[in-house]
Order: sequence, then C-alpha cells, then structure tokens
Amino acid sequence: MENRIEKRIELKASVSRVWRAITDHREFGEWFRVKLDGPFVPGEVSRGHITYPGYEHVKWEAVVQKMEPERLFSFTWHPYGIDPKVDYSKETPTLVEFRLEKTASGTLLVLTESGFDKVPSDRRDEALRKNDGGWTQQMKNIESYVAQKA
Amino acid sequence: MAVKRRATAPVFAALGDETRLSLVAKLCGGEPHSISQLAHGSRLTRQAITKHLRVLESVGMVHSVRSGRQTLFEFNPGPIEEMKKYLDRVSELWDQALSRLKSFVEG
Repeated sequence: MENRIEKRIELKASVSRVWRAITDHREFGEWFRVKLDGPFVPGEVSRGHITYPGYEHVKWEAVVQKMEPERLFSFTWHPYGIDPKVDYSKETPTLVEFRLEKTASGTLLVLTESGFDKVPSDRRDEALRKNDGGWTQQMKNIESYVAQKA
Repeated sequence: MAVKRRATAPVFAALGDETRLSLVAKLCGGEPHSISQLAHGSRLTRQAITKHLRVLESVGMVHSVRSGRQTLFEFNPGPIEEMKKYLDRVSELWDQALSRLKSFVEG
C-alpha cells in the first residue's frame, strides 16, 4: 500500500532562490497562502493562519523538523485539519519533506508527504516490502493515480 | 479543501500490518472466504486471523456473512475508495501549491 505522496517538479530558478522561497516564512506564505507569525526554526512550532480565499478561519500549525541549507526542509503537520470541532492534535501528524537538487536548468524539487497511518514506520515498511506484488488492480490504482499526478 | 481525514486514518492504520494486507489481498478478489480458507497456507492460528479480521471489520473493509453454519468474510471496497479520494485531494492541493511556487520563483 503506497501511503505517501511524492511530487517532482523542475523549477527554472537557482537552488538558493528556491531554498529562500520555501524556508523564508514570508516567502513560503506567499505561495502556500498562509500568514505565518514568525520564522521557521527547527524543533519549534510554526503558527499562523491560511490566507486561501474561503479558508481564512483555518489555523496553520506545523513543527519544523529539519533545515539543511539548500538541501532539505521538513516539517510535521496535520494535513488540512480544517474542521474546528475536531481536535487534530491527538492524531499522528504526517511528515512533509522538501528536497532540493541542482540541475542543468535550475532546481529539482522533490516533495514527499508520508505517514498517513499510525503504524510505526519500520513495521509499515516491512509490510509494504513483503506484500510487493500481492496487490489487485484496485490497490494499484491508488498508487498509479498518485504517481501519475506527480 | 474539506477532506475526511478522520475517516481515513484508521483505514491506513488497518492496512499498515503485514497480516491484514495479506488478508485483504486474498479477499479483494470479491469471493467471500471462511476463516479456514484464509488460514490455509498461513502459519497463523484461526484465532489470530479472526482478530485481524475484526480490525478490518471495525473500519468497514470487510464484513461477515452467514452461509449455512459457516461465517464467511467479504471485502468491502468503500473505505479504500474513501482513502483514494483523500489522497487524491491532498495530492491535488500540493499540485496547486507547487504550481504557485513555480510561478513565484520563476516569475
């Protein structure tokens, strides 16, 4: 079962430009459509609110994990937890990773979001490996659909 | 942007187990199976299989049907469809965000 999302996108901009766009909290806010209270700091909670039209009441909250300059930026969050009546903090968050790689024409950005279940990753990975090939079409559809949108 | 995360997280969790994945793989052909059939060729006891089937039943991925004196277990694709929709939605939101990022850095 593929329970992660992976996106690869080629950007015609330098690695340092892309790094700034994803890690400077004001620049991140511009394209992600979120107003953040302060800079991203590893190990600290980032708070703010969504500025996407119609979702201005939605709070943004994430915990910054890693900031390896021009290489890796990651945070954990509760994806699209928008129902104010639901306490998402009790759920295990997913991990979002932005990885940057220099290419001839600019930067390759690989985004992954993983951990859509609550099972420890070592056991899940083992289960995924051992069941490789044992899937019916219905299961494969999910994977290929996600992959095709990458 | 509204997505049913609450409904899907337990489904992902139910599938994050090797034994349950193998049970789903056997059942999702559509044919109902008895516990004995599911235990066939596996090192698991009937009790262990029953326990895993109950987990799958609790998230609606399988349900039991009576056939004479036997209880058969049948696959229900609903929760997996929901999960697919959820992943599709999150995936789509990332596509939109990344395309805004692209315009932002290339513009």
